[in-house]
Amino acid sequence: MAGAFIHGGPGKAGHKARGQGAKEPKKVLKRLMGYFRPYRLRFFVVLFCILLGALASVAASMFLKTLIDGYIAPLLLQPVPDFSGLAQALVIMALLYLGGVLASFLYNRLMIGISQRILLDIRTAMFSKMQTLPIGYFDTHTHGDVMSRFTNDADTLRQMVSQSIPQLFSSAITILSVFLAMVTTSIPLTLVVILGVVLMLRVVRFLGGKSGTYFLAQQKSLGAANGFIEEMIHGQKVVKVFHHEEAVKAQFDRLNEALCANSTRANQFASILMPVMMNIGNLLYVIIAIVGGTLAITQVTGVLTLGSIAAFLQLTRSFVNPINQVSQQMNSIIMALAGAERIFDLMDQTPESDDGTVTLVNARYDSAGTLVESGSPAQTGIWAWKRPRPDGTVTYTRLTGDVRFFDVDFGYTEDKIVLHDISLYAKPGQKVAFVGATGAGKTTITNLINRFYNLADGKIRYDGININHIKKSDLRRSLGIVLQDTCLFTGTILENIRYGKLDASDEACIAAARLAGADDFITRLPQGYETMIDGEGGQLSQGQRQLLAIARAAVADPPVMILDEATSSIDTRTEAIVQRGMDGLMYGRTVFVIAHRLSTVQNADVIMVLDQGRIIERGTHDQLLALQGRYYQLYTGAFELE
Amino acid sequence: MFQTIWKRIGTYKTLTFLTPFFVLLEVASDILLPLLIARLIDQGIDGGDLSAVWKYGLLLLGAASLSLLFGTLSGWTSAIASSGLAKNLRHDMFYKVQEFSFSNIDHFSTSSIVTRLTTDVTNVQNAFRMVIRIMIRAPFMLLLSVLMVLSLSPRLAMIFLLALPILGSAVFLIVRKAFPAFEQVFQTYDKLNNVVQENLRGIRVVKSYVREQHESEKFEKTAREMYDLNCLAEKTIAFAMPAMQLCMYMGMIALSWLGARMVVGGTLSTGDLTSVFSYSMQILMSLMMVAMVLVMITMSRASARRIAALLEERPDLTSPDSPLLQVKDGSISFRQVDFSYAGDLKKPALSHINLTIRSGETIGILGSTGSGKSSLIQLIPRLYDVTAGSVLVGGEDVRSYRLDVLRDAVSMVLQKNLLFSGTIRENLLWGNPEASEEELDRVCRLACADEFLSAFPQGYDTELEQGGANLSGGQRQRLCIARALLKKPKVLILDDSTSAVDTRTDASIRQAFREELPSTTKLIIAQRISSLQDADRILILENGRISDLGTHEELLQRSQIYQEVYASQTKGGLS
Repeated sequence: MAGAFIHGGPGKAGHKARGQGAKEPKKVLKRLMGYFRPYRLRFFVVLFCILLGALASVAASMFLKTLIDGYIAPLLLQPVPDFSGLAQALVIMALLYLGGVLASFLYNRLMIGISQRILLDIRTAMFSKMQTLPIGYFDTHTHGDVMSRFTNDADTLRQMVSQSIPQLFSSAITILSVFLAMVTTSIPLTLVVILGVVLMLRVVRFLGGKSGTYFLAQQKSLGAANGFIEEMIHGQKVVKVFHHEEAVKAQFDRLNEALCANSTRANQFASILMPVMMNIGNLLYVIIAIVGGTLAITQVTGVLTLGSIAAFLQLTRSFVNPINQVSQQMNSIIMALAGAERIFDLMDQTPESDDGTVTLVNARYDSAGTLVESGSPAQTGIWAWKRPRPDGTVTYTRLTGDVRFFDVDFGYTEDKIVLHDISLYAKPGQKVAFVGATGAGKTTITNLINRFYNLADGKIRYDGININHIKKSDLRRSLGIVLQDTCLFTGTILENIRYGKLDASDEACIAAARLAGADDFITRLPQGYETMIDGEGGQLSQGQRQLLAIARAAVADPPVMILDEATSSIDTRTEAIVQRGMDGLMYGRTVFVIAHRLSTVQNADVIMVLDQGRIIERGTHDQLLALQGRYYQLYTGAFELE
Repeated sequence: MFQTIWKRIGTYKTLTFLTPFFVLLEVASDILLPLLIARLIDQGIDGGDLSAVWKYGLLLLGAASLSLLFGTLSGWTSAIASSGLAKNLRHDMFYKVQEFSFSNIDHFSTSSIVTRLTTDVTNVQNAFRMVIRIMIRAPFMLLLSVLMVLSLSPRLAMIFLLALPILGSAVFLIVRKAFPAFEQVFQTYDKLNNVVQENLRGIRVVKSYVREQHESEKFEKTAREMYDLNCLAEKTIAFAMPAMQLCMYMGMIALSWLGARMVVGGTLSTGDLTSVFSYSMQILMSLMMVAMVLVMITMSRASARRIAALLEERPDLTSPDSPLLQVKDGSISFRQVDFSYAGDLKKPALSHINLTIRSGETIGILGSTGSGKSSLIQLIPRLYDVTAGSVLVGGEDVRSYRLDVLRDAVSMVLQKNLLFSGTIRENLLWGNPEASEEELDRVCRLACADEFLSAFPQGYDTELEQGGANLSGGQRQRLCIARALLKKPKVLILDDSTSAVDTRTDASIRQAFREELPSTTKLIIAQRISSLQDADRILILENGRISDLGTHEELLQRSQIYQEVYASQTKGGLS
């Protein structure tokens, strides 16, 4: 309830699928019930307690009849009233009440534990699942969309698990037992109540439908307003530079008015539901009193005692209240099921496939000079690919960082190929650079090496092994990647560097920072390496964040490194320093570099010039200049003096 | 805090006050029901008088109808008032942010401003609606019920007068213990969301480093922390209900005992006893509602506080009383300028800057990451105010101009430039809403945006997706430059705004500037020497100070920094 209120609400629900019910509510519900399984014992206790509590409350409303008919009326006739019978009955009642209170206390406590546990289970399962999804999933779903499954959807779900389900159950029990009690008390009055309830349900349906329509409209205008707010607040600096404030305000006012109008209407219908329901209940109560009174006096349908009428009035309340509650729960149940469906949708996504069998192991050379698995926990500094053979034996191939592409084609969707016939080789220790316009396919090539995406055609061999046969985690462990858009995580600077290698010592992290040229600015921060940064790294400049990302890759110390515009925001002088450090680090390792600035790639062993997904030129800097082709044009463009 | 929010009720004040008024009338009608029923039972059924049954029956119908009427009215007005409050809060906050200076925005961070304007407002709206209805209804119902019992039988009322204080203090203790727990829950909630958000953004990093397991553990730890806190908070609250039930049930047993004795003794009618029972049920219900609303208020308190903080923030840029309305020319000078973002000169971003730029001059600015380039130029259009010293444009202190006049004269293309959803034309017109088609063509030609624009079938009317996601970085930058040129500024500042443009286009943009905007002062920040070397003078910044100022040739002669940068770009490394 807490989370749902503060963080849920319609605030984040601006996405397209919002406001729709679940497509297959029964299936979703069944699956949801599956989450109760580990806690079924406790849940049965809960159900039992609900039963007890409901019965106690029914007994309570019946007690008035017993009190009046069974005790007060006879006592009135006794010349010397004897209250001992009443006292006894009251003691029994007190015990019953006590039982009811204990039962409802127990069930509440248990239910909190169960529902929180289920939510924890679902959240963690969802997060772990998210980690296994292929990059393509994140390309096609906005962050807001995925986020809202963790926040909104999970919250409405919890509300349903912790409140709606037990309440439905207890309401059902109450309605059933009260109904039985009513039938045994007076059948004609029961008929009146049923008529009243039918009327009530019709009204609920009408009002619910109305408010539902307006709630959808509200969600829509809320989405529009929130979208505008988000865009304008993020672009606030541009708004100010162009002093566009007035125009933006006017636009905002229009959206705000529309939202207010829809929200007013939606809430009006929703909030009159309660008084309407309550007063139909009251009216029913009054009608029962009149009809009951008439029947009691005329006695047309048989004997109707005073106590019966009094009790029946109480019963009417007890009958109408749960119906009220259920009708108010209905909306949230529908919303929760829709949310659950979205959660399950995420959980049902196919994870990244990984059928690789080749793994990366720490190795050493034995006395005979053959490569064997080191076996001891001490790092040997030598890594090998462990290849299981069909005959059960294993062979080891030393990890050197030799990467070859053979006629690779690739497209993000099958019908649109963006890379054509890419063939290239990078020998251990070579520096391979990719140059080309935005969208030429530079980044795409590197995304294929670490298997973020699967090839459409052709193959890639890593140390002679088809990368499809290498276990993805081991493949990626052997590659270090620094991206243009650096992502850091909330934590200290030291923790962020250590992300590259979780067991690295402080000294190793600091050494990596020195290598990356980051030590200089870090030590100038008041808290140095212990400075807390958040994910967006707001306190650091883009260039400083890139330096941290390089340090993070350096501490991982991988045999193959991919630098995708890794130094784009670093000034050229600092870049030269970083470059020197990196060259030292990368000595004897394979490096793939993507850079905008040609100065960054000049000393590469081979430069590939890409255009529209094809390699159009390749060679060293000097060879390409001599070729007088595209590279030559780019290069001379950069140094066009006048 | 609540006062700040309350002030925003504005024109909805009448409706806000009408709501509790209607609620009072509704409760008053409600409260009559048990009493009338008592009469109906006593005089009608017990007395065997059918006409009395009808008389009280009709009265009952009347009371119920009144209750329905006022209930509906209060629902109606509360919906208008709460939606109106939400509208006003959003309005005031949005307007407030428009007045903010850059340092105000930095202080809050954009994502927190967005949350305040969206989720927080929704929370306050819901809570407000609850408060003006339930918070009035429940205590009033409680009071009237007790009064009714008192009038029916003062002796029986004693039971409630005994039970209520005990119950009240129990609820108070429980709620007081649960409040801090709930506050902690919210903080953990933010943390949890943050982990998800960072993972979404950094999924490539996570996968590259094979840290899926590590991240899942991190998430589970936070999720578990939240589980513990939530259980603690809710289990504390879970005491409230049984405590209330216990008190009430025991009260009812006592009621039955005393009531029966009184009925038998003839001091109380059977009907009155029924009424007392009904009232005690209502007392129980009211108490539960009070507790529920209290919890809701606590939960929205955090949101209310965040909204109030934003509304109470003082924009730290102030306009002068009699501002200058015209900027004479594009000359700029910095006099002994010190600047620090936090206003604390222990960590200065700029120190002792003295610089004079003639109108129409082109100045290149070079410096390493964090040397203060962006800080320097942001002082010119007064995005920030100097901490000490002064900045002059057109011979007058920037603080003496009206802000829009100054910013019209000083056009700036920011490093992280943004376009908005809408068409390209709509985006360009930000520079000048009245610009003609010819003017659009001209600035696009100057910014070299005409070549790619002509390739778009819809030209200027091409829709931009999500801030220009369907354009390349270089195309976006060129549009941003065109937008800035449309202002016909006296000073044009480019903050590394051609970094994604290829070098040839970069050169032709600069050439166009030189030839077509001779009287505009141009300040160009760039990393590429080639973008700067034809400037009239080049400024080199180092650690927030001016390291050197001169022409390309002069600097090649004497500036070590410049030589190093030049070398790194011409030879591909330090050698």
